[in-house]
Amino acid sequence: MRELALHILDIAENSISAGAGKIRIYIAENLQDDLLKIVIEDDGKGMDADTLANITDPFITSRTTRKVGLGIPFFKAAAEACDGTFNIQSTPGKGTTVSATFVHSHIDRMPLGDITSTLMTLIIGSPEVHWIFEYQNGDHIFIFDDEPIKNILGEIPLSEPSVMKFIRAMINEGLQEARDPERVEHQILTQS
Amino acid sequence: MPTVKSLDDLKKIREEALKKQQLKETSGKTEVIVGMGTVGIAAGARETLKAILDKIESDNLSDIIVRQTGNIGLDSFEPIVQVLLPGQEKVTYGKVNPEMARRIIDEHVVGGKVVTDYQIES
Repeated sequence: MRELALHILDIAENSISAGAGKIRIYIAENLQDDLLKIVIEDDGKGMDADTLANITDPFITSRTTRKVGLGIPFFKAAAEACDGTFNIQSTPGKGTTVSATFVHSHIDRMPLGDITSTLMTLIIGSPEVHWIFEYQNGDHIFIFDDEPIKNILGEIPLSEPSVMKFIRAMINEGLQEARDPERVEHQILTQS
Repeated sequence: MPTVKSLDDLKKIREEALKKQQLKETSGKTEVIVGMGTVGIAAGARETLKAILDKIESDNLSDIIVRQTGNIGLDSFEPIVQVLLPGQEKVTYGKVNPEMARRIIDEHVVGGKVVTDYQIES
């Protein structure tokens, strides 16, 4: 996988498989400290200490369809390849938190990639989950919470074309605003 | 381009969608499922799913539910797409790239005809 966004998707799939009702994805870019941080937090079934101790081993998986699970070891390797850190915490019945840091400027750090496509896949493809996405760039933060959207929509599915367009625009605008606040301000000024 | 991110706009979108629904007979919804396990993602499943969402949006297709699922258990055929038309059996397609996904939407989801070229036994 050549994008961190694909790793995020893969880790979030684990949370869905663990029966999570609420999943939070947090990405922070801090150029001052030269750090990129990614956290995926769920309230799924969690893991006991033994499973947790072995989870970063590529030959252990809780899946029954296939013997080898590689998602978490892949993500860990991606972080460690650029002098980063990897941490996983889990409590049975409470949930799991996976977090990784990356040296932002490291030559081997994968690009963040297509975050919007990862989020669209998760939000549209698993509508039963309450998704919270937070993107922080220095002091600027964009928070996307899909619950107000679902409350308004009621019985209208998220895969309705106009709804998808709305959600994608909301995410893209939020990301753009947090990434480059001055440019967005400039656009607003030139529009009015 | 005007900004669209206010929730008031979403309320309007909901009203429009409701009107559209009332015009149609309720014949049940079509489901499109994309396998999104580690192997699927590595094989390009996110791009396949994106192509499906973009196609639904560009052709303004309503009443299609797109879902993702974990490992389907057919690793060598990833990315895998399954189509479930109301009252019909589930059809499984293998090694579906974005272009194939668009053809499946055109011919099977909209046209009702299974794309046998891409079909696999599940």
